[in-house]
Parts: sequence; C-alpha cells; structure tokens
Amino acid sequence: MSLQVIKPGLLTTLQDLGRYGFQRYGVMAGGAMDSFALRTANLLVGNVQGEAALEITLQGPTLRAETDLLAAVCGGHLAPTLDGEPVPEWQSFPMKAGSVLQFGYAKFGCRAYLAVAGGFHVPDVLASKSTFVRGKMGGFEGRALQAGDRLPCGHVRMDRDEQAEADSALATANGVATQAHANGTDIREKTVSPTIAKPNDFTSRHFAALPRNRFISWELFPDYSNEPVIRVTRGQQYDAFDAESRERLWAETFQVTPQSDRMGYRIEGPPLQLVAPLEMISEAVTFGTVQVPPGGNPIVLLADRQTTGGYPKIAQVAAVDLPVLAQLKPGDRLRFTEITVEEAQRLYLERERGLQMLQRALTL
Amino acid sequence: MSEVLAGSITAFGECAVRVELGTGIEESVFHRVAAFTEALQAHPFAGLIESVPAFTTVTVFYDPVRVAEACFFKKTPYHAVAAHLQHLLQTLQQAEHRPAETVEIPVCYGGAHGPDLEEVARLNGLTPDEVIEIHAGGEYLVYMIGFAPGFPYLGGLSDRIAAPRRAEPRLRIPVGSVGIAGQQTGVYPMETPGGWQLIGRTPLTLFRPDRNPPSLLQAGHIVRFRPITEREFAAWEEESR
Repeated sequence: MSLQVIKPGLLTTLQDLGRYGFQRYGVMAGGAMDSFALRTANLLVGNVQGEAALEITLQGPTLRAETDLLAAVCGGHLAPTLDGEPVPEWQSFPMKAGSVLQFGYAKFGCRAYLAVAGGFHVPDVLASKSTFVRGKMGGFEGRALQAGDRLPCGHVRMDRDEQAEADSALATANGVATQAHANGTDIREKTVSPTIAKPNDFTSRHFAALPRNRFISWELFPDYSNEPVIRVTRGQQYDAFDAESRERLWAETFQVTPQSDRMGYRIEGPPLQLVAPLEMISEAVTFGTVQVPPGGNPIVLLADRQTTGGYPKIAQVAAVDLPVLAQLKPGDRLRFTEITVEEAQRLYLERERGLQMLQRALTL
Repeated sequence: MSEVLAGSITAFGECAVRVELGTGIEESVFHRVAAFTEALQAHPFAGLIESVPAFTTVTVFYDPVRVAEACFFKKTPYHAVAAHLQHLLQTLQQAEHRPAETVEIPVCYGGAHGPDLEEVARLNGLTPDEVIEIHAGGEYLVYMIGFAPGFPYLGGLSDRIAAPRRAEPRLRIPVGSVGIAGQQTGVYPMETPGGWQLIGRTPLTLFRPDRNPPSLLQAGHIVRFRPITEREFAAWEEESR
C-alpha cells in the first residue's frame, strides 16, 4: 500500500496537527499550516481529524497510486488531476491502482492537503508525524518528498472484500448524511446545497476551491481570500508601540514578502515603532504571534516557529483566521482588525462545533 | 524563606495564558518560575496542553473546547483557566530549594573545534588557556530551553570572558559547538547558522528525539564544562557512532 512520488513538487511534506508537549525542551510544534484543510481532508476519507496528510506547497507533486486508495484534497487550489481529469476538491474520490494524481501551480491559496483513508504509515517522533525539515526529524525520513520515494499509506491489509465493504459503508454514510440533510436537522441549516447561489461577498478574489461537497457548510469555512482582513487580539507589548504605529496596524495594508516560509511570514508595510527601546526577555511565542523586530516590519510566526522569541509582540492572530493566513503567498496583501479574546474564543468554539458536526455527518 | 508567589496573568490569544513571575533575569525569579511550573504539573486542569517556562514567565497552552466543556460553558475558557492559575499563585508558596542536578559537559576547547577561542582571549586581554580555565571553572544555571531543540539558556558566565557576537554570522555551526555571545554561553544542539563566538565543541548529544525527555538539559540543571583533548573528543564520537 503506497503512493509513489514521480515528481516531488516544490515542498511536499507529511504534517499532522503538530508536536505538542515538548516545547519546554525547545522542540517546535510544527504541523499543518492550514489545520482546517488538513482536518477536513481527513474527515472526508474517514480518518481521525489529526491523521498525517501531505502538505503540498505552491507547485504540487505528481503521485502514482500503487494500490486502490480513497483520497481527498482540501485547501488551496493547485489544479489537481487524476489521469488527466480534474479532481473534485473538498470531497473524497477513489484512486485506482496505477492512476496518477498530478498537481499544478497554486491558482488560489498556497497549500493543498492530500489525505488518504488509513493515513500515512511513518513512525511517530515525539508523538507526531509532522516533518521538521530543519531538524531532519519526523514525517517521511525527516525531509520533504523526493522523486522515487514510496510512501506507505492506506488501510493495511485490506483485501478485495474488505474494500468493497468499506466502499459500501462509505456510500451508506453519504446516504445517511443526505437523509439527515433532507430531514432538516441542524446539519441542513448549516449546509448550503450546490444549487444555492454563492454568498454575495464570495467574489473571485476569494478562492474558488468551492465546497462542492454538500456536507461542508459555507459558514464553517474560513474566510479564504488572497486579500483577507485578519482578526487579531492585542499582543503583550501592544501599548509599547507609538500611537501612530498602533493606528497603522489597523489602517494600513501589509504585503507578504518572498522571505516567508513555514516558520513565519515577513510582511511589509509602513514601519511599526516602539515609543522607546524595550529590553525584551525571551519567552514563549505561538502560532500567529505578530512580532516586530527593530526594522519595523512585522513577522507573523507560523507552524515551524521557534518555541521562544524576544521581539516585541504587537498582536496575536485569532486561531480561526490562521488557515486564511496560511494560504497567503508572497505578494498577497492583508489587513488586520482587532477583536477581543472573548470574541476569538467564541469564534473558536463555533468553528470546533462545526467540525464536530461535519464529523458526525460523515460517520453517521 | 517562604514567600507567597506574586504574578500577573494575561491572555495570550485564545489558546494560551501568560503568567509573569518577575521582571529580570535573576535566580530568584527563576525559582518562582520553577515553583509555578511544578505547581501546575501537580495541579493540572482539564484542557491543559503544555506549559513553557522562560526567564520570567510561564506560558500555559490550553484547548478552549476542553476547558469550556469542563466548566459546562459557564465561563469563557480564558476566565476559567485564569481562575485556576490565579488560585495556584495564591495558594502556593516558594518551593524549597532542592539540590539541583549537575550535568557535566566535556568540551574540546580551541583548534578546529573552537575557532574563535583566540579572538575571545584577545578581546579580553587573556591567554586562550586562561579563557578555558575561567569557562570550565564556572557553574551555569539552565534558566530555560528554547530557540532550538535542546538549546540551553545558561546564566553564570564570567564578565572576564564575555565577547560580542561575530560581525559576520557563520552559515553553518557544527552540532555541539560551545559559544559565547555577550554575557551568555551556550551549546548548539543542532547544526544552524549563528553569530556566536565558538570556543569549543562537545561530543555529547544534547537533543535526542528518540528519548523522553528529548533534551539532555532541563531548566534548573547546573552545567559544568570539563576540558577534554582532541583525541578524547574523537574517541567519544567514535564510541557513540
């Protein structure tokens, strides 16, 4: 059971929800940049949400299935095709043994996630399958995929009968969920059928990897856009920035620079300055921390951030908007808007409830 | 001496809380941080993910869903967590000072392993041997682990061998390199770029992802450096292969 790598793509790595519990030893958390897309892809193939999946960046790989697999692609739109035919995104699809799944360049967003039923079989390192490339650990041999790699994946030991059984179970699950939809449960209210028009604000700027799958509601979706307004709470040193800088943070547009990667995005805009130099002492940072080095251009820390940092922190990105941020690529513009911690938590709980409902709908 | 722990609690986004236990890099603050970290380990709350102690703060990461469920959605997750931590702060006293564990780190000073030893000596008007004697004669407290897996922030470097960072950072610093930057000394647990002045190298492995804990050093350890020869270094490396 495996996927063979014909072309590796620009940066294709195995990621799960990250390596937690070891940050006090300096071990960075890592994990998927867009955890919403990873979790959804896993749910669509019947995995647990945190199973490892392939994170595919900007220019995607070409992969050959060596056995029959059930797969799903979520996240940024990298124009995937299966034996030359477009692959439906945000829903599961079967891959026959020998078929070739090919990704192109990112048309919308930056990263796509490929999950397969049964997951990828690599050893856990410190309780996670996430690849930490700089540390050469985790994932597939501690590195990004290379041509010729064979990734063990899928359900171990599934013979033809079991496969048929799994297929029919999945069909039933889909049927039951459709039933729930028709019966007017909560799911229906949170679901938009494919015939309903797109919400008005869903313009072409937003990415068009549309949730054609009827189980995923519009409301559940992050506000994917390549010109997003990112919601943040105030950082620990917010008040140490001068009044003009604080105003700029909310009023101005910032641009993602090419010096951006899984560790962090350097964003450029009018410089942000402190009232007076601060003597900073290193302390923990996290996913979405917006810190400002002396040059005045912020760095937004992302999945592969170091565990601790010593720059002033002006803001903290709301967790629900991290997937939106993770889909930006160099050149994209963004703005920030302030929310309270209470509001951020309300949004967080709402998102999680939505994912729980999706899980229920898919596993009924 | 037993003093009540004072600290201030602030939200750090919606999934973490920052507890500040002092304002300077001092041993007394370190002990408060350690006491609080231990208290939280002894009295965790439902939804706690992990805590990361630093020089003056402990950052507590949590899962808002589990916290909300545990308090039956009666409070916001932040307020529930803050209340728990506030209670810990108020009811806990300074931990007894226990004898700290000492870890000895063998170091081959100078030569190819410590290309900046002579520069550090020159900057301080000392001979290389004097630098080694001072560096290996000190006792260093591990304040925290951070920056890179297993990287210790050590306190206790003598002023007499302090040295500024290199003007041109190196693109590749070999794993195990022992360096000085300003008033700090440290050991690089993995190959990275960096601007520290390198005075030696240890054959010890500081970061071992196949072990738990994965870091040889932990906050609160006392580090001593022991000079070894190039031959001992080579033998050690050979052995661990």
